[in-house]
Amino acid sequence: MSDAPPIEPMPIEACGLVKRYGDIVAVDHVDLSVERGDVFGYLGPNGAGKTTSLRMLLGLIRPTAGAARLFGRDPIVDGARALDGVAGFVEGPRFYPYLSGRRNLRLLGDLDGGVPAARIDEVLDVVELRDRAKDRVGGYSHGMRQRLGIAGALLRDPRLLLLDEPATGLDPGGMRDMRELIKRLAADGITILLSSHILAEVEELCNRVAIIRTGRIIYEGRLDELLQSAGGGYLLRASDPERARAVLLAHGIDGVQVVERELRFQADAATVEAASVALGKAGIGISLLAPHTATLEELFLGMTEQAA
Amino acid sequence: MTRVYKWEVLKLLAQKRTYLGLGAAMLVPLIFVVVLTFRSGGPNDIPLGRSIRDTGLATPFVVLFFMSIWAFPLITALVSGDIVAAESHNGTLKTILTRSRDRGEIYAAKVLAAFTYTALVIAAMGVVGVVAASIEWGFNDLTSLSGTTVSAWHGLGLLAASLAIYAWPMAGIAAFGLFLSTVTRNSASAVVGTLLWALLMQLLGVLPGTESIRPYLLGEQFQAWHGFLRTPADWTPVVRALWVCAFYVGVPLAAGYLVFLRRDVAGE
Repeated sequence: MSDAPPIEPMPIEACGLVKRYGDIVAVDHVDLSVERGDVFGYLGPNGAGKTTSLRMLLGLIRPTAGAARLFGRDPIVDGARALDGVAGFVEGPRFYPYLSGRRNLRLLGDLDGGVPAARIDEVLDVVELRDRAKDRVGGYSHGMRQRLGIAGALLRDPRLLLLDEPATGLDPGGMRDMRELIKRLAADGITILLSSHILAEVEELCNRVAIIRTGRIIYEGRLDELLQSAGGGYLLRASDPERARAVLLAHGIDGVQVVERELRFQADAATVEAASVALGKAGIGISLLAPHTATLEELFLGMTEQAA
Repeated sequence: MTRVYKWEVLKLLAQKRTYLGLGAAMLVPLIFVVVLTFRSGGPNDIPLGRSIRDTGLATPFVVLFFMSIWAFPLITALVSGDIVAAESHNGTLKTILTRSRDRGEIYAAKVLAAFTYTALVIAAMGVVGVVAASIEWGFNDLTSLSGTTVSAWHGLGLLAASLAIYAWPMAGIAAFGLFLSTVTRNSASAVVGTLLWALLMQLLGVLPGTESIRPYLLGEQFQAWHGFLRTPADWTPVVRALWVCAFYVGVPLAAGYLVFLRRDVAGE
């Protein structure tokens, strides 16, 4: 007999997920691995396939090909059992507007086999909605519905949370509160998959990320490694940015971003030295040329717009 | 399953359209009683129409005839056509399908809730009809369709049996509404489609050349209760209604189930 502990299945493991709608390929052979304890950022422009991927993970839509497993169970094969320990929402949480917040949660609790009233109070406290729990959800603000969505998810005592744009539509205070809430949940040991447009939020919260573009994953890995990989970034302020860009391209520097007349690019030091001489010979004035550490936003835009 | 069904019923109870249909079903027999109290004449050409002022028991039977054409189908369609489509439209279907219940269980609870509502509106019409008409004309013996007299309490039993068999073709309409609600994902289309289908069934029953299929049309089963009002009871239309309606209930429900089980639940 072996004493080795049993290998626990990963919270999320997607292999070759494909979703086609006629001729349109919304998700194209997506592989994802989310490990226990991850706060995993799932990034991509609008229409890149994020929400479709999440729907497949939750068993709401059937993949055209491939499979997704949550803690080793496939929602299409195992049905609701595959969602044991899993909670979240896709495209924003939806509730019955004619029922109160508390009754909506009671309904969800009953669909999970029943939860005590005290547990409902607890999750309402977590999202700071207890004083509005008797009001109909139809009268809730967008932010309150987002928080009620989190409460509904927490009611299941999840080990894995899938959150699709949880901060969308929130005011700055609401976004900050949502970030703090996600931090607290992650600190409690819940694995989180966070689909988001808000890159600063992802940079602050996530340890691993996947970036999807036109249905395909173009990066999956640790966020710190992604940021470090962009260590050779430079910032150039030139008198003629367009001509400067052409000169950089001529030196093999592609993926140049022009942000407010500043050029941002990645290259090794020798290439930058050669390019600076060429810029001078081309009569292009340089007021600034300095190393620059890329943000996630710059990397994201560089990766998603480069080949678009 | 009980909990899911309970919440389907509670959701219906929290929506105005539920009371719209229920209120209409209760209002129609009241209108009958009020109008016939103040006006002479009556619905003499329909079964039990001539004895409507003899006993309060006759009114629900007369109302059954009138409401079978479009009123009961519309009331049923308001709920059955909406029960899945509204959740698709509002996005709450994905909320409940990402909890710990399988799709089959959710579908079954919706079917049961829609059938419960259908049975309730028929029963409510019957109760209101008997009570209101008995206050006006008395709870007297009933003259059966064969011309024999049955006691008031026996007549009440016959009314209960008649409402029960009447609920069967109504369940067929509710089942079709559920099917359209699942397939179209649009409440208005499902409600209107169900009503048109019920009217088509009635129309086919009166068109010349349909005599051979008439006993098997859904609309015809609304007359099955006549069998209880014969002396002795004629079980032929009752038994036929049971198996014919089982087909009209079973086929759309099975088709709807298969669609519900496999459908993609995406943004509508």
